[in-house]
Amino acid sequence: MSVADQGKAPLLSVRGLTVSVRDRGVLRPLVADLDFDLHPGETLAIAGESGSGKSITSLALMGLLPNNVTVSAGQMLLDGTDLGALSEARLREMRGSRIAMIFQEPMTSLNPVQTIGTQLTEAIRAHEPVSRRKARQAATEALRQVRIPEPERRMGQYPHELSGGMRQRVMIAMALALRPALLIADEPTTALDVTVQQEVLDLLRDLQRETGTAVILITHDMGVVAETADRVVVMQAGRMVESGPTARIFDAPRASYTRELLAAVPRLGAGRLRAMPAPPETPQPVARLTDVSVRFDIGANLIGRPTHQVHAVNGVSFDIRPGETFGLVGESGCGKSTIAKALTGLVPHGGRIEVQGAVIDRSSRAARKAGCRDMQMVFQDPMAALDPRMKVGDAVAEPLLIHGIGDHAARQARAAELFERVGLTRDQMSRYPHEFSGGQRQRICVARALALKPRLIICDESVSALDVSVQARVLTLLEELKAELGMSYLFISHDMAVVENVVDRVAVMYLGQIVEMGSRDQVFGDPRHPYTKRILNAVPVPDPAQRGMRVPSPPREIPSPIHPMGTRPASVPLRDMGEGHLVAQ
Amino acid sequence: MADTAHIPARAPVAPAGVMRRLMRRKLALFGLAIIAIVLGGAIFAPWIVRYGPDEQLFEGLTLQGAPMPPDAQFLMGTDLLGRDLFSRILYGARTSLIIGVVANGTALIIGTLVGLTAGFVRGWVGAVLMRFTDLMMAFPALLLAICLAAIFQPSLWIVAMVIALVNWVQTARVVYTETTSLSEREFIAAERTLGASQWRILFHHILPHLVPTLIVWGTLGISVTVLLEATLSFLGVGVQPPTPSWGNIIFENQTFFQAAPWLVFIPGAAILLLALAFNLVGDALREVLDPTQRGRD
Repeated sequence: MSVADQGKAPLLSVRGLTVSVRDRGVLRPLVADLDFDLHPGETLAIAGESGSGKSITSLALMGLLPNNVTVSAGQMLLDGTDLGALSEARLREMRGSRIAMIFQEPMTSLNPVQTIGTQLTEAIRAHEPVSRRKARQAATEALRQVRIPEPERRMGQYPHELSGGMRQRVMIAMALALRPALLIADEPTTALDVTVQQEVLDLLRDLQRETGTAVILITHDMGVVAETADRVVVMQAGRMVESGPTARIFDAPRASYTRELLAAVPRLGAGRLRAMPAPPETPQPVARLTDVSVRFDIGANLIGRPTHQVHAVNGVSFDIRPGETFGLVGESGCGKSTIAKALTGLVPHGGRIEVQGAVIDRSSRAARKAGCRDMQMVFQDPMAALDPRMKVGDAVAEPLLIHGIGDHAARQARAAELFERVGLTRDQMSRYPHEFSGGQRQRICVARALALKPRLIICDESVSALDVSVQARVLTLLEELKAELGMSYLFISHDMAVVENVVDRVAVMYLGQIVEMGSRDQVFGDPRHPYTKRILNAVPVPDPAQRGMRVPSPPREIPSPIHPMGTRPASVPLRDMGEGHLVAQ
Repeated sequence: MADTAHIPARAPVAPAGVMRRLMRRKLALFGLAIIAIVLGGAIFAPWIVRYGPDEQLFEGLTLQGAPMPPDAQFLMGTDLLGRDLFSRILYGARTSLIIGVVANGTALIIGTLVGLTAGFVRGWVGAVLMRFTDLMMAFPALLLAICLAAIFQPSLWIVAMVIALVNWVQTARVVYTETTSLSEREFIAAERTLGASQWRILFHHILPHLVPTLIVWGTLGISVTVLLEATLSFLGVGVQPPTPSWGNIIFENQTFFQAAPWLVFIPGAAILLLALAFNLVGDALREVLDPTQRGRD
């Protein structure tokens, strides 16, 4: 697609683009000297980690920069018109009709109080003088084009009635309804599950082939880049590090930053290479879950009694052995985080949970507090998990204070020791969370989790919010700590590649139940359950040579876990396929 | 944020540090100065003034019986009975400070405790507390205050208590809303997984986050309570004459506003200045106490 266009004039030509923020009267560049061309029908990926300036670039193209940020130099020529020089009125005309954009979070980009149909029709009528009926027809057609089943019915629905993937399809339909020449997709699949991501990326590719729209894809995910882009611009700290055809960038990266970035990307199959024997089964596991269920009541009838129940976790049993990393994978809503909450006593549960031989009982405070000493949790977003008004040194020493261990000096000494252990310095203890980077904050959370010397640490999507290079370093730290201190991890993640790299044993969850469980090699090397196969197949491979080699799976909606009071979903029995490889029937 | 490594370690913040940083802000200093002047004036009133606040002076009225405008003898003029307004303003500051600080402070504390408990405990305790708050909100505050004041013997402390009892509801509402959203935050869940007690979570992790809101509500409440006291005095259930308060000076004289504007203007300006001063100090305090704002002053 791209190479043939080289002779033609580019659709978009960015020359020496510099975007600066005005900070106390001084202009500080966020993006400096960016050059690239985009031809019709081409997909250009702008890849980089957080703070690289990739999103600012897209906002500059759309003319949507925040008030104190301006384009201070350079040109953005779309068909020869400089977008930076246009008036707000002219820009508004361009947006939607010539340039369209889709955002990361489809729920917040759609108006929750208007139907899909109204929003689509309005978007069309804002740019084209057509009758309401004509616009409605065009909108239905646009929905059909993004392969939304029953488009007529969807027109009358509200955003909250659709799943995340459906909403992103609606956003794409809205963006493409007016056949723009350029589509900017800012992390369009980051908030979506891996199977849905696959569907959306396939859809974008097909639509592009049909309409000839040029796409700028902004992403941090090198797997997505490898699967979709014709050319890549790699950015770091506001500067272009490298650009070129996708295959060349992946096969022979020239810049050292690109090499580091590619090396840090977790790849499926890499885990087997550094395989170590999984810890053997012992009489007393660190944690044992027996037929655990978690249900939440919803709805209310006339006398205020709940009418339905969400079966978040349904009859889950597994053991975590001493010294092992046990992985729990599945897509959003499958109940994996609810298990973490049940373990830590944040939600009530049915069935039996034992940690270090003691039963977790939510009703007794003393028992719960004792349970905390054996089991700690590291959350997904370290900024949210730390009290912004508490010094990080105090935060790390707090578990000791809560459990009344040592005096003030001893606690501070232990905190300092932990700080050094996770790769921070002693004098950073008197700072506040906002003064640290994302990776450093997660190190602080790990230090806090270690303070009580627990036997089990629950990592609930602990590295998902981090950039790949930072993620790799935090994973290495977790690995080192395990080797040194010998505790176990319950590693919860949606990212199959990361899980494959770190776990000893793994369970795959679907709709609140385990559908497959076994050692890493059993589950990743020989997946038996169709759902496991499906999500493994959907993981983007960071290798452009493998593009188009997979068989696309048909789109499918996950059934609802909500059932009327008194009924419960059928439990699927697990059958042993040999050597502890359990698969649902 | 890779440059954080260059930031030198900071010494723990002592209260003295808070005061010093507060003093560096011009507006806060201005506010503190006004508060200090009013406080000094109230405490040392007997040594400052030439005439007592209740003294009806013969030379305080013109021959026609009209009050005197401000001049060298009467710094702020005199009122309808020939009393020295300067003296009444200083003595009135005692009443108004007690109302503005004590009554308002009590209201703030009650509101915070109710809102915090309801927002954190939820369940039926929270429901009962908040429905009671709603009931109090729906009930006309003035009517309630009159009822309460009529039951008890009117005195300054009773008036302060009555004002506190009708003014805590707004604070409770706001604190309740903030507490419910705070307790959903992940760092609170993180505290629970550490085994922290409810007590610890409430007072070490939720209350500090409410400080900015409480400061805003506290300073806004000062002018509201001072004026409510004036209303009560006007209706005869507040501070009893001849004891002066800024509020009842305004009410006593408002009908003569056109003939003797200083009688309304001066106590009005005093209320405004005091509220402004507390507001400025409160605002600066909020910024100084917020660690995420550190280094921006």
